[in-house]
Amino acid sequence: MYPHHQLPDSPRHAVLTTIASDSHTWNLLFLQLLLEEQGWEVTNLGACVPVGVLVEEATARTPDLIVVSTVNGHGAEEAPGLGRAVRAVPALAEVPLVVGGKLDISGTTAPDVHASLTDAGFDAVLTGANAVPGLLALLDALPEHRHGRSHADAVR
Amino acid sequence: MPSAEPAPAAGAFHRFMADAARTGTLVVQPRMGFADPARMRRGLIATRAADATTVGTLTLDSFTRVGDYAAAARAVAQGHHLNGYPLVSMDRETTTGVLDGVHGPGFPVQVRHGSARPGRIVEALVAAGLDATEGGPVSYCLPYGRTPLATSVRAWAEACRSLAALRETGAEPHLETFGGCMLGQLCPPSLLVALSVLEGMFFRRHGLRSVSLSYAQQISPEQDEEAVHALRALAADHLPDTSWHVVVYAYMGVYPETRAGALRLVADAARLAVRTGATRLIVKTPAESARIPSVEENVTALETAATAARTARPAPPPPSTGVEAEARSLVEAVLHLHDDLGQALIRAFAHGYLDVPFCLHPDNAGRARSFISDRGRLEWSRTGSLPLGRPVAATPSRRLTSSGLLHALNHVKNRYDDPAALLGRAG
Repeated sequence: MYPHHQLPDSPRHAVLTTIASDSHTWNLLFLQLLLEEQGWEVTNLGACVPVGVLVEEATARTPDLIVVSTVNGHGAEEAPGLGRAVRAVPALAEVPLVVGGKLDISGTTAPDVHASLTDAGFDAVLTGANAVPGLLALLDALPEHRHGRSHADAVR
Repeated sequence: MPSAEPAPAAGAFHRFMADAARTGTLVVQPRMGFADPARMRRGLIATRAADATTVGTLTLDSFTRVGDYAAAARAVAQGHHLNGYPLVSMDRETTTGVLDGVHGPGFPVQVRHGSARPGRIVEALVAAGLDATEGGPVSYCLPYGRTPLATSVRAWAEACRSLAALRETGAEPHLETFGGCMLGQLCPPSLLVALSVLEGMFFRRHGLRSVSLSYAQQISPEQDEEAVHALRALAADHLPDTSWHVVVYAYMGVYPETRAGALRLVADAARLAVRTGATRLIVKTPAESARIPSVEENVTALETAATAARTARPAPPPPSTGVEAEARSLVEAVLHLHDDLGQALIRAFAHGYLDVPFCLHPDNAGRARSFISDRGRLEWSRTGSLPLGRPVAATPSRRLTSSGLLHALNHVKNRYDDPAALLGRAG
């Protein structure tokens, strides 16, 4: 379904995570496979990831991308805090940070939710039918190596 | 017991279910939960008033599930939306106000949550005069978080004893295992049956005398019927001196998006329940694929299920394909590992004797894999260290891809959303 990219010598590294209250994992497994097929090395942190665990993992080895996937309806409530916590770490201030899934309990993502997430430091908010194509387009726009132009510039 | 006062209607759930079993009535139940107490109360009243034999549900929110009671309280205070009722964060009077005049012997209410550490939840439900909840040391740990299995086993043993203490007041508390669900989809039925029975036994050994065993509708009606019959056969052998019934869950995987497809799926779940002699069904709604359903959508699903149930009759088991033999073999292998069932469960996962396909939890071996066969059934493609007791013909597994996984996850949704399926069962 999705074109495979050749695995480069040193694959880019993504941390895949969810919010602390979200127990769903099929979305994480799907995204892990999708990112791997695009040539990424993935650290999948699994269900119910406390923000502290994400920050610790991402600080230990700075990734080229952090993907937050959540479908329990609490994303609008919890993801802004996650975004601010990640951005508060100097080493993670510029790492591309995206969030997607079902972010609130109404099934629609209100414009103010979108704004609060970008204000909190997310570079992209991906929901609905365009979430996966949006993520793939974003991957294509990212530089091959972290030592080039700012990642944030690439996804904004 | 945390409450100084005796619980007013304790034993209600057990007694209601025992009566339903005697009369052969299928009891239907929603997965309903709202943060707003007034809306929660309206939901319970609407469930009771539905044209069906119903029991009520308080489904708790995700903050409460993971034990972040402060975040749940903060969200409520700020008027934010939660995906369920924050039982532990609400004061007792608020919850008894939600239940007052609604909950009782004719309409028992069960608390559904999803917590690997349910101690505070059990305290709060007992204090509010309730006597029934669900979960389990494995089924509310492995698929739903990162709590170590050993921690969950300890917490669930304590919670069982605390719930069972209600028996000292003359009541009969009830506990349902969620073991028949495990990730909601793509788990072969024999493992679901084994986990359901093992958790039911765990509850029994920690003092409960009234339990229910779950089985979640999967992808093949014939395979599901065989599985529920297997579940009942194993329960009869392994749960002596216990009052038990089977509860069927309407499909717990990716749900159809069309209203017709979603209602057809819940109607099929109701027919599965009646044909296999299950006593209770937990429904899903047409809103499920997109968001938390409304009260009205829940009532529609309850009534659709009850209508379908009226047209079905108990049926003999289909020809065996080995589900019962596999489940028996798994249960017996686990029981041989340790006299203490909690320790046996921990060792079973460490050895891969129990191994849930696609489960990301660190305590799950992750060597077993399943696939949807050409016959439209869930089969093992890799059995890892599972002691299935017989050679299992596994198709050489193709590499798992994102699109292959998505296709498997959407198998039921696609079949029920297909307009051609209106003409008969597709696939």
